[in-house]
Amino acid sequence: MNSAIRNIYRLIIIVFLLACVILTVRSGLIEYLSDPNEILYTIRLVGQHVNMVIVSMAIATTLGLSIGIIFTRPRLKRFSGIIMYIVGLGQTVPSLAVIAIAMSFLGIGFKAAVFALFTYSILPIARNTIAGIRSVPPWIIDAAKGMGMPGLQILFQVEIPNAMKVILTGFRVALVINIGTAALAFLIGAGGLGEHIFTGIDLMRSDKLLAGAIPTALLALLADYMCELLGLIIIPRGLRLTQGVR
Amino acid sequence: MNIIAFIMDNAERCWSLTLDHISIVSFSIFLAGLIGIPTGIIISHNKKTAQKVINIANIFMTIPSIALFGLMLPLLAIAGYGLGKVPAIIALVLYSQLPIIRNTYVGIRNIPPELVEAATGLGMDRWTRLKEIEIPLAMPVIIAGLRNAAVMNIGIAAIAAYIGAGGLGVFIQQGIARAYEDMILAGAILVALLAILIDCGMSLLEKILTPKGIRITGDLGV
Repeated sequence: MNSAIRNIYRLIIIVFLLACVILTVRSGLIEYLSDPNEILYTIRLVGQHVNMVIVSMAIATTLGLSIGIIFTRPRLKRFSGIIMYIVGLGQTVPSLAVIAIAMSFLGIGFKAAVFALFTYSILPIARNTIAGIRSVPPWIIDAAKGMGMPGLQILFQVEIPNAMKVILTGFRVALVINIGTAALAFLIGAGGLGEHIFTGIDLMRSDKLLAGAIPTALLALLADYMCELLGLIIIPRGLRLTQGVR
Repeated sequence: MNIIAFIMDNAERCWSLTLDHISIVSFSIFLAGLIGIPTGIIISHNKKTAQKVINIANIFMTIPSIALFGLMLPLLAIAGYGLGKVPAIIALVLYSQLPIIRNTYVGIRNIPPELVEAATGLGMDRWTRLKEIEIPLAMPVIIAGLRNAAVMNIGIAAIAAYIGAGGLGVFIQQGIARAYEDMILAGAILVALLAILIDCGMSLLEKILTPKGIRITGDLGV
C-alpha cells in the first residue's frame, strides 16, 4: 500500500520534471539563456535582486528585532498590544501599494525600493519577536531571576534563545515576502529579476518571462530552505525536540 | 486631500474596480475553500500524509506571486488563457491552499480526543462524528484560515492587474506608469481599506459561526 503511494509520488515528480523540460525547450528559454550577452544580463539582474533583498533585510532585521525587544521590556510591555495591532494593520496593505507609495515619496530607483522592502519586511519580524518573547513561560523567567541574573542576561540567555524559533519563522516569512516584492521593484526603476518578468509579459515573450520567473521562484525556495538550515544552527538543541516553545 | 478629490471624481470607476477586485477574491476563496477544507479534513487522520500535503502547499506559498503568474503564463497560453482573470484566480486558489489546509488540519487535530471518544461512545459513525462534532468545533480555526487567505489574496490580486485581471491594482499600475501620485495613493488606500474591511467582516463571521457552547472557553485554536 505504502510503496504503491510512493511509486505514484515518484511518477508524478518524474512527469512534472518532464513537463518542465519540455516547457523550457519549447518556450526557447534554453536558446535565450545560451546567448552569452543575455546570460550575463540575467546574472546582473540576479545580483541587483539579491543586493536589494540583502540591504533591506539587514535594516529590517536590526530594526525589527530592536522594536520587538524594546516593547517586551517590563517598563514598555503595556504598549506591545498596540504595536501588534499596528503591525497587523500594516500587513494588510498589499506589497504593490507599499512599493507604489514609496515611489511617490522618494522617487524612482534603488533607494525607494529598499525603503519599501524594509518597511514591509519589518512587520513580520517585529511581530514574531514580540510574540516569541511574550510566549516564553513566566516561570522560566522567574527561575532566571531566582538564579540572580540581571535583566540583560535574562534577555540574552533566556528570553531570546527560547523565542528563537518564533523569531526565525518571522525572519523567514519576511525574507520570502521580500524576495517576491523585490520582483516588483522593477516597476519603480530599481531593476531586479522583475525586469525580465514584466518585459516578458509586455512583449508576450515566454523565454524572457521564464528567464525572470524561474530564478525568482528558485531564489525564494532557496531562501526558505536556507532558513530551515539556519534553524538547525541557531535554535538551542534543548528546545528543538520539545514542541513546547509556543 | 487630492486623493479624496480623485476618488470623488472617479467614483464610478472606483466602484466598478472595487467590485471587480471583490469578485476575483471571493470567487477564488470560494474555490480554494472547496478544495482546501475537504483536503484538510482528509489528511487530519494521517500525520505523515498531512506533512507532505502541507509541505507542497508551502512550496506554492513560497513562490513569489509575480513569478507564479510568469510561470503559468506560457502554460495557460497554450489553452488561450495566458492573461486575464483565469490565471489570476488559479494563482489565488493555489496561494490560499496553505492557510486553509493548515488551519483545517490544526483545527481538527486540536479537538480534545475525549470529545471524539465520547461521540464514538454515543454510537456515532465516522460521518456523523465529523458533521456533528469535528467540523463545528474546528469551525473558528477554519474560518481564521479563510480569513488569512482572503486578506493575503486581496494584496496578490492587486499585482494581478499586471496580467490583465483588472481590479484596484489597475489604479496603482496606471498611476505608476503616469507618475500620477493621487491615482497610486487612491488605489493603495482603497486596496488597504478593502483588506481591513474583509478582515473585520471575516472576524465577525468567525464569531457568529463559533458554536455557542465553546464561545466562552473558546480556546481550541492556535
